[in-house]
Amino acid sequence: MHSNPAASGQASWGLKLAAWAGLLFLHFPILIIFAYAFNTEDAAFSFPPQGFTLKWFSVTFARADVLEAIKLSLQIACVATLIAMFLGTLAAAALYRRDFFGKEGISLMLILPIALPGIVTGIALLSAFKTLGIEPGMFTIIVGHATFCVVIVYNNVIARFRRTSYSLIEASMDLGADGWQTFRYIILPNLGSALLAGGMLAFALSFDEIIVTTFTAGHERTLPLWLLNQLSRPRDVPVTNVVAMLVMLVTMLPILAAYYLTRGGESVAGSGGK
Amino acid sequence: MDHSPNARAPLHNTGPLHRLSSLLYRKPNLYLALLLIPPLLWFGGVYFGSLLTLLWQGLYTFNDFSMTVTPTLTLANLAALFQPANYDIILRTLAMALAVSLASALLAFPIAYYMARHTQGKTKAFFYIAVMMPMWASYIVKAYAWTLLLAKGGVAQWFVDQFGLTAVLQLILGIPGVGGSTLSTSHLGRFLVFVYIWLPFMILPIQAALERLPPSLLQASADLGARPWQTFVQVTLPLSIPGIAAGSIFTFSLTLGDFIVPQLVGPPGFFIGSMVYVQQGAIGNMPMAAAFTLVPIVLVACYLAIVKRLGAFDAL
Amino acid sequence: MTLAVQFSGVSRLFGSITAVDRVSIDIEDGEFFSMLGPSGSGKTTCLRLIAGFEQPSTGSIRIHGAETIGLAPYQRDVNTVFQDYALFPHMNVLDNVAYGLKVKGIGKRERHSRAEEALEMVALGGYGERKPAQLSGGQRQRVALARALVNRPRVLLLDEPLGALDLKLREQMQGELKKLQRQLGITFIFVTHDQTEALSMSDRVAVFNKGAIEQVDTPRNLYMKPATAFVAEFVGTSNVLRGELAKRLTGSEQPFSIRPEHIRFADDQAAASGEVEISGLLHDIQYQGAATRYEIQLENGQSLSISQANDQWQEATPAHRPGQRVTARWARHAMIALREDLPHKGR
Repeated sequence: MHSNPAASGQASWGLKLAAWAGLLFLHFPILIIFAYAFNTEDAAFSFPPQGFTLKWFSVTFARADVLEAIKLSLQIACVATLIAMFLGTLAAAALYRRDFFGKEGISLMLILPIALPGIVTGIALLSAFKTLGIEPGMFTIIVGHATFCVVIVYNNVIARFRRTSYSLIEASMDLGADGWQTFRYIILPNLGSALLAGGMLAFALSFDEIIVTTFTAGHERTLPLWLLNQLSRPRDVPVTNVVAMLVMLVTMLPILAAYYLTRGGESVAGSGGK
Repeated sequence: MDHSPNARAPLHNTGPLHRLSSLLYRKPNLYLALLLIPPLLWFGGVYFGSLLTLLWQGLYTFNDFSMTVTPTLTLANLAALFQPANYDIILRTLAMALAVSLASALLAFPIAYYMARHTQGKTKAFFYIAVMMPMWASYIVKAYAWTLLLAKGGVAQWFVDQFGLTAVLQLILGIPGVGGSTLSTSHLGRFLVFVYIWLPFMILPIQAALERLPPSLLQASADLGARPWQTFVQVTLPLSIPGIAAGSIFTFSLTLGDFIVPQLVGPPGFFIGSMVYVQQGAIGNMPMAAAFTLVPIVLVACYLAIVKRLGAFDAL
Repeated sequence: MTLAVQFSGVSRLFGSITAVDRVSIDIEDGEFFSMLGPSGSGKTTCLRLIAGFEQPSTGSIRIHGAETIGLAPYQRDVNTVFQDYALFPHMNVLDNVAYGLKVKGIGKRERHSRAEEALEMVALGGYGERKPAQLSGGQRQRVALARALVNRPRVLLLDEPLGALDLKLREQMQGELKKLQRQLGITFIFVTHDQTEALSMSDRVAVFNKGAIEQVDTPRNLYMKPATAFVAEFVGTSNVLRGELAKRLTGSEQPFSIRPEHIRFADDQAAASGEVEISGLLHDIQYQGAATRYEIQLENGQSLSISQANDQWQEATPAHRPGQRVTARWARHAMIALREDLPHKGR
């Protein structure tokens, strides 16, 4: 029998090489960031790095502006995530089973903030805030972030809802549990890890967001905005490198955790994207 | 077991939560409404309210001399979009978005195909995470990493020098419309950064589409006498098109609205995003900025209409 | 005799589709009652109406005399064994079984001992710590049964509970279910599409077709005296003869049913009094082990099945070959007159 492309058998050398080279391409720039964070050199970005040091970490954590930005980003991400978890779960619970008029419209509406370019969401929010006379600041950043984080939570939760047989809910009611008891004993425990995974992804997304934030931040400076600002003023490259590595970690680690929480059949965050 | 009637008297509690549960059970529409009201209020109020405000402001008048906005309605901003200078910006952005989508699809396909068809168990999980992590890794840091890579004396140049490819690089940078004076100020550099950042968004939908393809289909094709490449062209590729289309929604839309990468890498010359940013920020011409945001909205809407026909929404 | 469940003119519409069409049934207390029909015939919807997962569009359902319209599932004294068992995956077996007691506010000690007791009843004592995923299909089915019975319902609803089991296990469970029902003396309402299962287990069976009930009767009567062509053909196999042919054989145009095993070949003797005969072309012979089936093409084009038991230990030489012209004969009283099929009848 000739080679069968259907079986997970032998891939041609070319395909194998292309796949692994693709992975390398995806990870190389990230590795570079990690390498530079420990570089002894303090001015240029020359390659290869000159030596290994940890001193830039202590320098970075002594910088008030960096700490301020970290604190602000964490606060915003926490609040935005909580709002997104609340709204996303409600929307998923409403949409996963019953068919009603406008259902497709609502799911489209949830996706719109990430399907439309971030700049549209950003400037739209800014113009609305200006019209209403709301001064841009932490509050406006949170509103923006929560808006596009809802769909992340929604996607995770609705996937779990769909995977959970509806007869579990019927069985619970059949055994005498009312709606609240069913929610507490059956729905919530089954939803838990998906909700947590969605929350962590939303957190990572909020922590890193820059396009919408540019418009809604006013004078506030989140960590990504601080970084962007550093790029146009390449004075303290080593500190920038350390912060870059930290941001990288904060945004990458949740995906690992989310993966392990929702392992087994459903997509973590593949669809809907970020 | 005891089955006397006394033993089975139902023990119903009568707390407020129980009464609420029973009310909501009897009135499923009320229950649905209660679930939907918070998200609808948020999205209707915050999101659509903002979008409408924005579009409305696109009709306001901006006075070039006093640099002020007056709420007199005009179509001048919309008309201005068709000025040659603005037209150039739109075309430049659109060309980049299409080029990035195409290149991402070409690069993503082998990775996705390998993931879907030639990996199992632990290797599949490894590949999946290895694609997801860069996808979720900080956008701004990824862009920053590329400024380091492409900088003069940076990593890219070191590799080019090591392999003695300086002449080749100079040749490529000399091509008009593609090159530039250095890698970090060339269209090519900007293109590379975009492709890098959005590539994972293309890999995963294609992989998912290929994963859904039942092996029996490919076996049937082989059984009916198709050679492997014929099976690929006749069966695999057509059935992976929804995945490619779904992935391209991200690559297209995200490139179209970006203003950070064009600011960091590549030659001068505005993108749609940078134009919007500058109009509302430095110039303070909110009406023109608002009118400009119509461009990506319209382009994305057209794009969505096209890829919907390719089945993109089923592959999301 | 008190009634466990009483349907009076119950209909259930989903949009423009009538899933249940003016059904009226009286199910007696302590009865093993089956609802039999092909998929989409409305039997499962009827079960869900009793459980409270659906509300009737019109009509009334009484459970032990009490009207149930508007009552949620948790307000009804019935419990269900689900087709997919619906065991809670995040709880172990003991907590699954104890769930109904827990939500009724019964203390941990009592509910655990009662759950353990229920598990022993289904021969799963000592399995309490396991998760549902660690059990076989048959064991899950027993857990689902124990979970429903621990609440001591007066009516137990079973929605094709044996459908996912293989044949051997299925026959074993049929026997156990029947035994359990006799032992507990409560009403079992059993939904199935398998007529053998329904016949062998039930006190009475309701045959569903297109949302309506064709016949409610004992298994013996369903088989021996089917009321309609649908019942005759769905319960067992049957020859339903109509029109001209019926008139020639019975003197009336009313359709009738004759079971294949009640027909024999006329061979050489003359017809006895009280027998009718008809001839045709033998066109197929199927050997089925315990019996052999012969298909005869009648002159009007209709096909007639004859079943002959292979009850001799010796292999008899087949007396007939395809292509032969044969005469079939049967006793006049073996023919059962059928009601005309009318669309949308009540019962």
